[in-house]
Amino acid sequence: MLQEMREDKLKLAVVGLGKMGLSHFAMVNAHPDVEAVACDESGFMVDVLSKNINTPVFRGYDEMMDKAAPDAVVIATPSRLHAPMVRQALKAGMHVFCEKPFCLDWQDSTALTDLAANKGLVAQVGYHYRYVGAFQEMKRLIEAGAIGRVTHVLAEAYGPVVLRTKRQTWRSQKSEGGGCLYDYAAHPLNLLNWFFGAPAQVSGSVLSSVFSEGIDDEVFSTLRWDAGPTAQLSVNWSDESHRKMSTKISMIGTNGRLYADRQECQTYLRAPVESLPEYQPGWTVKYTTELTEDRQFYLRGEEYSGQLDDFVTAAQQGQGNALENSFASATETDQTMAMIIENADTGQPVGKAPVVVKSEKPARRRWFGR
Amino acid sequence: MDKLLFGDNQFFGINHMSEEKARAQAMRFQKTDAIMQVLDTAYDAGIHTFMCTTHDRIAEVVDRVKAQPDRYADFTFYPCMPYAHKYANAVTDHGMVGALRSFMPEDGLLSTALAGGKALATKEVDGISKILIDMEMKMFQGVNAPVVFIQNVFTDLLLGMGFTRALRLFHDHVQEKYGAEPAYITMNMPMLLAALEKEGIERPIICSNINKIGFRMSGGFDAYLDALKSGRVRAVAMSVYASGAIPADEAIHWISELPGVESIVFGASSAGNIHGTKALVDKYMGVPA
Repeated sequence: MLQEMREDKLKLAVVGLGKMGLSHFAMVNAHPDVEAVACDESGFMVDVLSKNINTPVFRGYDEMMDKAAPDAVVIATPSRLHAPMVRQALKAGMHVFCEKPFCLDWQDSTALTDLAANKGLVAQVGYHYRYVGAFQEMKRLIEAGAIGRVTHVLAEAYGPVVLRTKRQTWRSQKSEGGGCLYDYAAHPLNLLNWFFGAPAQVSGSVLSSVFSEGIDDEVFSTLRWDAGPTAQLSVNWSDESHRKMSTKISMIGTNGRLYADRQECQTYLRAPVESLPEYQPGWTVKYTTELTEDRQFYLRGEEYSGQLDDFVTAAQQGQGNALENSFASATETDQTMAMIIENADTGQPVGKAPVVVKSEKPARRRWFGR
Repeated sequence: MDKLLFGDNQFFGINHMSEEKARAQAMRFQKTDAIMQVLDTAYDAGIHTFMCTTHDRIAEVVDRVKAQPDRYADFTFYPCMPYAHKYANAVTDHGMVGALRSFMPEDGLLSTALAGGKALATKEVDGISKILIDMEMKMFQGVNAPVVFIQNVFTDLLLGMGFTRALRLFHDHVQEKYGAEPAYITMNMPMLLAALEKEGIERPIICSNINKIGFRMSGGFDAYLDALKSGRVRAVAMSVYASGAIPADEAIHWISELPGVESIVFGASSAGNIHGTKALVDKYMGVPA
């Protein structure tokens, strides 16, 4: 393909200039290896920006595709539009970074994952928590077996999005991909998928409204993994006591406890672990500030710049796949959310009862030995 | 500018290290009395400038200061605008255009222009920006506010998009209407400095992280040092302790030897930390703050 032979900047289009889109646009526009363009359906945004900045801003996706012919796109439109827009970009041979959630119908997610793979394109989804230092440390610790066999997980997210009955926007319509499940719960679920893979069974799910009409403002669910832990999900976006979204994961294992949020990773170890010499028995706290490297441009947190940096790097180097948050991994989260919706609708557990691993028996004490 | 400025993050549940600590602080500073108590400690220690967000709670602080002109004769505010959550919430509720409209005077020309859904003339964009700035400045009527900052989320959003004309608008309006010094908070100081210079703004006051370990100094430690040494920026250093990663004495000593740093802004809740930082700034930065 043409772009693989070029040494110059990646031509990257940001599609949709809402809250996330504007912030993505600012970050890619400031990226030294990117030549940015943007488009939006709203004449207002296009007009104000066109008159005030040098970067080309087009009215509408098709016009932008025709006139700018970018190497890659960032899709930050309402969720319902993700599948058709991603498909169009992949077919045209463009690398794609898509906002979360990926697709509302996971069969679209699967098909698009295959399409991107067949074309050897970089295909990434914006689950930025995987770029937060504290959650990266949590993942590293789980993989190192720090707290032994993990049995008990609590995944939470709270924040102040819907605090009263109010005007409808796309975020408040189920068919558009609105609701607390897609908007908020998607994040802790995506982290659980990252740590433990796809759950075997989902039960006890409740999607209920607090202030909204027709969509969920709070989400509860119980997720179980084959030979793995049980996790409880507790999410509420009608909680004013949090200044902004707060996502946290706690877990207990046979050798201790782990807790992480955007700021810090707290670890309690019972016995030391050979591969983790810096972790002593008892508590160790590591802060995101020490776990995160600085980025070239900072807008709202290193994680937002970090995911876009990786996308640009992968696209420029012709890697053929995403460094993190591949379409396949986001599809797993779409499928998990579909299980929760089905379970909440029918009241029947979705999936198969998990294979349970019996705890290894402690070596029998030999009272009379020796 | 004073050598030492007092910040306000600690009052509003903002803590870059721990959510638990942030919540404990939010609880402690629930009442304006608790905020005033800490501000009094700082003021009586000789720290007379309060660099604060245009949060609703600050309006209460302004009222307290106005009510006792003798007690607070030297009290100076450096407003930092806007309080971003107010706008973010309005955009979630009403969409971009609706949010802007909700902040414009009813039945005014600008409200009508926004309602038409038509393209806005440049003059109208300028008019809207000025109204937004005036709205944020309202609470500071009648107190001393000689320097006015724009918050980093807005500075950096505009910087990233290349919408630096808005920063120039801010600059001109703050100078013309308030006779104050326009200033900018950013996480990307070297890049911002270059952009402001392109807008014809010379030797701007810029507040950014400046610390010995290079924590959150986006654009690179060396680029920051070059900008400071060039004499092209009047810097206010924040995060000088890098969220506690650098011992206080070492942190302030290092800053005091940098050219171009005119002030340090810090936040603290305890008398011990306030007096400690004040003593270090007096020791290393010469003239008592």
